[in-house]
Amino acid sequence: MTMSDRQPMTLFSLTTRAMSAQMVRMNAATSNLANAGSVSSTEEGAYRPIRAVFAVELDRASGLAGVTSSGLVRAETAPTKRHDPSHPLADRDGYVFESPVDETAEMVEIMESARQYQNLVQALQTAKQLMLETLRSQ
Amino acid sequence: MNERLFGIHGAALTLRSQRMGVIASNIANAATPGYKARDIDFNAALDARLARAHGASSASPDAGMVWRRPTMPSLDGNTVELNREQVAFAENAVAYSATLSFVQGKVNTITRALKGE
Repeated sequence: MTMSDRQPMTLFSLTTRAMSAQMVRMNAATSNLANAGSVSSTEEGAYRPIRAVFAVELDRASGLAGVTSSGLVRAETAPTKRHDPSHPLADRDGYVFESPVDETAEMVEIMESARQYQNLVQALQTAKQLMLETLRSQ
Repeated sequence: MNERLFGIHGAALTLRSQRMGVIASNIANAATPGYKARDIDFNAALDARLARAHGASSASPDAGMVWRRPTMPSLDGNTVELNREQVAFAENAVAYSATLSFVQGKVNTITRALKGE
């Protein structure tokens, strides 16, 4: 994605986009957490954790480097095969396939994302305040 | 004109605002794999800017751009360290404010001289 078809990047659009990217990341981690422990009767049907992928979005006009989430990627981790014949979803041999979600890793992901979101808000506030000061000083 | 009136503070204010953008870019890309954090070496950039203003065409426009050296490089090649960026951002914001008040003071002086107070 290029910036040429849009307005030139400013500090405001830069932080807005970065904040949206963090939201995508946090939503992905939340989906993973929500699907932790979900069970399927086939290996293909089991939920695989998703991750947001970030990419740099360089705006040559302003020299600012924004960030964009270029999509979601599904992890290749194999689901956990568990022997549980009494489970209603168990297959012929009595196995169920549990989604391979690492709940601790997802919690860490959410916390990191929240921290970075916070940082962006703070940077935006400071930048806005300085701009206002510059305007008022005339 | 600008330079006679404000000394180095005119150029400094522009640079400070540019540096704010560069550091904000670093903060925005804290989680982008492979992103290399940048910064502006303020002294070098200011020298280059003043040299350009004095007619030396050899000074390149992106003089003073430096790559950050990470204390502990991460595995995905990203060199942003949020704590450092935060401190740099705060320091730059304070310096911007200071420069701004220098400019403001100059403007006040001139205004008073013009009014003949």
